Parts: sequence; C-alpha cells; structure tokens
Amino acid sequence: MTHWIIAPVVLPALLAPLLLFLRHDLTLQRILGLAGSLALLGLSLALLSQSAQGPALYRLGDWPAPFGIVLVLDRLSALMLALTATLALVVQAYAIATGWDARGKHFHALYLFQLMGLNGAFLTADLFNLFVFFEVLLIASYGLMVHGGGRDRLRAGIQYVAFNLIGSTLFLFALGALYAVTGTLNMADLAVKVAALPVGDHALIRATAVMLIGVFAIKGALVPLQFWLPGTYANAPGPVAALFAIMTKVGAYAILRTTTLIFPQGTPAIGPLLADLLLPAAALTLVAGAIGTLGARSLPRLAALAGLASIGTLFLAIAAQTPQATGAALYYLIHSTLATAALFLIVDQIASRRSPAIASGPRLAGHGLLAALFFASAIALSGLPPLSGFIGKLLILNALRDAPWLWAVILTTSFLMILGFSRAGSTLFWNTGAEASAKPPEPAAIAAIATLLGLLALLTVLAGPATLWLQGAAQDLGAPQAYIDANRLGAI
Amino acid sequence: MEALVAIAIGLLTATGLYLILRQRTFPLVVGLSLVSYAVNLFLFASGRLAAGVPPIIDKAASGYTDPLPQALVLTAIVISFGMTAVIVIMALGAWFTGGDDHTDFSDGASGEGASGDRDA
Repeated sequence: MTHWIIAPVVLPALLAPLLLFLRHDLTLQRILGLAGSLALLGLSLALLSQSAQGPALYRLGDWPAPFGIVLVLDRLSALMLALTATLALVVQAYAIATGWDARGKHFHALYLFQLMGLNGAFLTADLFNLFVFFEVLLIASYGLMVHGGGRDRLRAGIQYVAFNLIGSTLFLFALGALYAVTGTLNMADLAVKVAALPVGDHALIRATAVMLIGVFAIKGALVPLQFWLPGTYANAPGPVAALFAIMTKVGAYAILRTTTLIFPQGTPAIGPLLADLLLPAAALTLVAGAIGTLGARSLPRLAALAGLASIGTLFLAIAAQTPQATGAALYYLIHSTLATAALFLIVDQIASRRSPAIASGPRLAGHGLLAALFFASAIALSGLPPLSGFIGKLLILNALRDAPWLWAVILTTSFLMILGFSRAGSTLFWNTGAEASAKPPEPAAIAAIATLLGLLALLTVLAGPATLWLQGAAQDLGAPQAYIDANRLGAI
Repeated sequence: MEALVAIAIGLLTATGLYLILRQRTFPLVVGLSLVSYAVNLFLFASGRLAAGVPPIIDKAASGYTDPLPQALVLTAIVISFGMTAVIVIMALGAWFTGGDDHTDFSDGASGEGASGDRDA
C-alpha cells in the first residue's frame, strides 16, 4: 500500500496551520504557500501517472473498506487533483503578483485549507467523508470569499454561506436516509447494495438519490439552484473567483462519481430518473448563463454568467451518461475550469483599474495587451476555434447526436455568448476616452493569465492524446467493477 | 416514539426554513440552527430508534443500538457549530460595515463595486 495517495490531503493540512503562526511575515507566507502549491502539483502529476495502473486503495488507519474510511485513486480522481493543483499554482502566483494576498492576514493559510478540502473530496470513497471534505473546502472558501472585506462582499458572502449551509443540511438528510436504507456509506458498498435493493425500498432510494444529486447541483450551480453563483463570483476577489472555477467542478465530479458508481441507469431502483432531471436542468443553466452574458451590466457578473453557461454545457454531457459523452465532458471540464479562471483574472486586471461597469471609460495603460487577453479568453469560453472550447463543444455535440434539440440549445447559446462578449469587449476597449494614468498591468500577473491561456492552447494541440486518455477514464467510469473491487470490501 | 420523533423533525425543519426565508441575518442564524437540530435528530433516527440498549459491547445487554449514526451526529454537530460561528461573525461584519441586517441587496446595489477597490 502506497502512502502517497493521502499526501495531497496531509501536505496542505500540515502546512496551513504553520502559515497561521507566520501571520505577520508575508514574504515567508508567500514562499511557503507557493512551495506548497508546487509540491502539490508534483504530487498530483506523480499520482496521475500512477493512476494508469488502475484504481488504488488507501485505508485510513488500515481499517477494511465498508467499516473504515478509504480513499481510492482512479483516473478521474487523479485528473481532478492535477487540474486543481495546476489552477491553484497559477492563481496563487497571480494573487502574489497583484498584491491581493496582502489585503488580509490569512490568505495563504485559507488557500491551502481550500486545496486540502478539494483534494480530499476528489480522493475519498466514502460519502460521509465527502461531506466532511465539502465542509472543509466550504469553510475555507467562506474566508477567501470575504478576503479584503467591504460591505458588498460581506453581504454576498452571507448569501453564499447561508445557501451552502442549507445545502450541507440537505446533504446530511440524504446521507441519513441512504444509511437507513442500505446500512453503509462506503461508495463501492453502496453500489453493490443499491443494485440489489428489494422493490419495497425503491421509492425511498429514489427520493434519496434526488436529494443527493440536488446537493451536488447546488455546488455545481445548476438551474434552479444557481442563485448563489453570480453574486458570489462577482463580489469575490478576482483570484478567489478564479480559484472558485474549480469549486463548481466539485459538484460536477460528485455527480459524475455517484451517477456512474452508485446510481447508474442500469440499476432497477433508479433507471433513467437522474438523467431525466439533469438534462433539462443543464439545458436551462446553459440558456440562463448565455442570456445573462448578453444582459450583464458589470464585468465580473459577465464572467460569472459565462462560467455558468460553461457549467451548463458540461452538465449536458454528464447527463447523457454514455462513455463517449463522459469522455467529452471530462475534456470540456478541463477547458471550462482553465478558461473561466483566465477570464476572471483578466476581468480583475481591468476592473481594478477602472469602474467594473460595462460602459465607456478611460483608456487603460497596457490597453492592447488587456484587450488581446480578453479577446482570447472570450474566444475560449464561447467555444470558437482555434482554442479548446471549440473542440470540447464539438466532442459534446458528437456525443449528443440523437438529441437534435440539444444541438439547437448549444449552438444558439454559443451565438448568444459571442454577442455578449462582443458587446462587452467593444464597449470596454473601443469606446474609450483619454489615456488614464493608472499603473500598467503587473508583468507577473499577465504571465499568469498567459499561462492559463497557454494551457488551453496546449489542450488544443494535444487534443488527440488527451481525448484518448480521457475516453479511457470514461470507460473506467462506465464499468465501475474495477473501482468496486479495488475497495476489497470485507477483506481484512 | 417514531411518530413523535418524525413530528419533531418536521416541525423543526419547517420553523427553520420559515426563519431562513425572513431575509434578516438574526432569524437566518436561528433558522439554520433549528434546521441543523432537525438533521441531527434525523441522522440519529437513521440507525433505528431503540430505547435502553447500549451502543457498545456489554455482556449484560439484551440488544444493541447502531453506534455509527451517533458518530455521524457528533461530526455533524461539531461542523454545524463551527459554521454557525462563521456566519455570525460575517453577519456582524456586514452589520458594522453596511449598517443593516438584510441578507439581500434590497437597496438596488448588486455589489460588484467591491471588485474595483484594489489599492491602485
């Protein structure tokens, strides 16, 4: 048994409290924080290469699976770990370059706690443990969300906290009902038990499944549970909003994990129930996000709603529940996370130098550079060639061939997003007044944004090998027996 | 006993949800606490209700109650306690900086001004 599997949780858990003691030494905080993120990136890349050998088990305290809590590393978990670590490192570099991290004492400690929660949520194979890691990442995100303070940010923060506390309560209700029906909370054990459930318990497990998916839909911001997202993302500090691009993907990951493992379509108790609920919700999310980008009056809100639209596209592919669609969903998940984060960082660059409203303003220093970066990320998010959004949408369209109305939704909303971005971009960059004396963009911040866009370009160039690998991961999800066997249920 | 516990959970949840929807921070905090009490009772009941039997091994015991839900409830209580502390602090912060305790942007401001306040 290799202990490396738990390292992505233990490392930030040890480093973050250390940073709390260094509250007055920003330089040391920055060095240790960056070193932590860098180490996490190295760890997650090593685990990514290890995951090719099939799912690997880690028993906490060496307790066997259905009784103790276990972590399982499979290709999907490893992919999410690597994506989180990559995004975290770039965003942290940006926060340091722009001085955002100096506006409160505990940015780096909270940041590491956030990463610990994310990594744990991606690794755990126990539903109650997933709840605990959700709370870890949420409580860190509450602190990050109100980092820097200010009246509007605090008020949006209260909405965000309240919404998520209600979600956590619902999560506990679902877990209690699930335990009452099946007598277990280990995901692999649940998969076995739910599949063999007597007919009398079907109604209860269906209600439980919907509650559980509802909780993940709150995290993933699916319509009609998306109300927390625009206000939160628009009011959060720019780098924090960029990091939160991975937070909605936690919901996507959890839905992907539970619908493939515990509640697959083939289970008699569930059937197509979840797909029937997720598909319209995803389509509505996409439409709401796209119309929102067209109507947004401020730049942060535009970015938040564009992110919402990309979540809708992602969930369309997840709801289809075929290996091909899941593979497409994973490709789009990587793209959507990086592209949304890039857009939030650029918006932060612009909005910190002028009013965040989408209206004519002074001509900013570094005007051409900011315009080019905004243009590139708009192309990525609305799904135009040559960046990976185009390939991602193409893969999803290809996987949804037998649903023409979904093609209409995806293509129409892409057009709406192009219109929304063009409107915002032309107002911001062409309708400008005299040159303002604002300070020019920090080179390191621009480098961070360029790194994210460069990763998108890399994802485009390497689309062939990437989709091949992701299809393999999707095949694994579609045939969860290997994951269940890896848990070695009941073996001491 | 089942009916009594079920009614108690239902009442606590309903009262909590009503208070949460009041859109003021103090009722919100009280409402969230009530809902978390309800879910703690619900978790406790998920291991079946049994009176007068121990959760751990006891030679004299006639039967056992499920110990796992009790551990789950304990975790849930600790987490909801911490979360309540966080939201109280944030509500106080919003009250002192904003001067009112509404949870929505009822004054027409939709925020976003906060994003542009970086030190230039």
